[in-house]
Amino acid sequence: MTRIVQWLLVGVALLFLSLFLVSPLVAVFAEALDNGLGLYWESIKESDARSTIYITLTIAAIAVPLNTIFGLAAAWTITKFDFRGKNVLLTLIDIPFAVSPVISGLIFVLLFGLQGWFGQWLADHDIQIIFAVPGIVLATMFVTVPFVAREVIPLMQAQGREEEEAAMVLGATGWQTFLRVTLPNIRWGLLYGVILCTARCMGEFGAVNVVSGKIRGLTNTIPLHVEILYNEYNYVGAFAVASLLTLLALVTLVAKKIVEWKTAQ
Amino acid sequence: MARTRRRNILPGFGISTGLTLGYLSLLVLIPLSAAFLRTAVGGWEHFWTTVTAPRLIASYKLTLGASLGAALINALFGLLVAWVLARYEFPGKSFVDALVDLPFALPTAVAGISLTAIYSESGWFGKPLMETLGIKVAFTPLGVLVALTFVGLPFVVRSVQPVLEDLDKETEDAARSLGATRWQTFTRVIMPTVLPALLTGFALAFARAIGEYGSVVFISGNLPLRTEITPLLIITKLEQYDYAGATAIAVVMLVASFILLLAINLLQARSRRYQEL
Repeated sequence: MTRIVQWLLVGVALLFLSLFLVSPLVAVFAEALDNGLGLYWESIKESDARSTIYITLTIAAIAVPLNTIFGLAAAWTITKFDFRGKNVLLTLIDIPFAVSPVISGLIFVLLFGLQGWFGQWLADHDIQIIFAVPGIVLATMFVTVPFVAREVIPLMQAQGREEEEAAMVLGATGWQTFLRVTLPNIRWGLLYGVILCTARCMGEFGAVNVVSGKIRGLTNTIPLHVEILYNEYNYVGAFAVASLLTLLALVTLVAKKIVEWKTAQ
Repeated sequence: MARTRRRNILPGFGISTGLTLGYLSLLVLIPLSAAFLRTAVGGWEHFWTTVTAPRLIASYKLTLGASLGAALINALFGLLVAWVLARYEFPGKSFVDALVDLPFALPTAVAGISLTAIYSESGWFGKPLMETLGIKVAFTPLGVLVALTFVGLPFVVRSVQPVLEDLDKETEDAARSLGATRWQTFTRVIMPTVLPALLTGFALAFARAIGEYGSVVFISGNLPLRTEITPLLIITKLEQYDYAGATAIAVVMLVASFILLLAINLLQARSRRYQEL
């Protein structure tokens, strides 16, 4: 009886997951390879995906390091010191999770767009932020603020302060303590946070959609390119480019497993 | 008593706090408050007529209804998936566990076009559903529900799973040996412990669904008054250069999001207290 119930529950759970999770995953590759492997590569090359990959990598190269520094600073403050309002600070870090991606883009249009607060001043000085790379970087950074912090804070919380205090008592400087004691302790979680943040930077759609203007070769990121190809009824091209992002997503899932395994050791 | 508190000898409080607050203010707080200030400038009358237009009311109904439906489906099946992962051994379990995070990791636009392909009338699921049951999924509110269910699943599973893993099996065995049925053990022993985490997961999935854009806009078809979600209408207003209108809708959504965020924080505080007991 117990075994029957058990297998029944496992069966229903797996059925649900294959309907809602496995099938979209498989469908991306099935649609992309609809006309064979040769055409798959052709359509990636043909769809001028190269410039979009370059733009997307540029954005990640700016946003990820800044959010990583922020995440480490926030984690240091929150886990190594006691102060009032710590919970408020934690909530503030989570705000971008709660805000719709569309609004994450909109707020930067309100500040820097042509009708925005600084719009006139920026226009006078010939600086373009909205419908240009800086706007995409800002929107992407907003959306991915919490990722590194959220991974590192629980780890540093669990490790406490004793090791750092011991290092300080033994005469290490603050930087030495951070680099030689804290960083090695959190390296796997930090690595996962960075990978997750990178993947989100490269895959962000809603916020970037608002600020980009989708100018081909200039402000077109990979996810926006997927949308353009799809709306042009170039389904094989859209899914071929989408499959690149899907592979990136799978890399993050594998990375998470490895990190879990490493931290359990 | 105060003297027994240890002095903190670790350095860097000033610089790390300053960096954290400065970064958050510049990137998150100031831009967000810009949205609220902008609405205040526009005046109440304009705000109210914008956010109560029929097209918007229809979008609130769809967004809230589909988000609630998706969160309920996820609460039910997420609990089941978490239970199966926490309690049973089966082949491929580790793979399934990793797969649960897919909606977090997969870019929303990719999920959107993929779900549309599956559920359109010529798709893997869309075709049999149409031919046998006459149910149309893509380009209907049902499609929105499907996309939001996809997006919200990991929130429930990842909230509930650790609680189930920590759950003391002895309490259940005690209940069983005292004569409780399987169902009684579940409703009286397991559920009360899991409930705060389940509610947290439900609220997180609901909050995420309300703001979701990328995975929905492809499968919904965006028919005015029928399958337009609220975030889409912000973009529609922006495309018409109606900044004030877009901002008004954004403020409505932000207020809803912040109320939910507050509720989630309270729930999380409660479930943490539960775990500590």
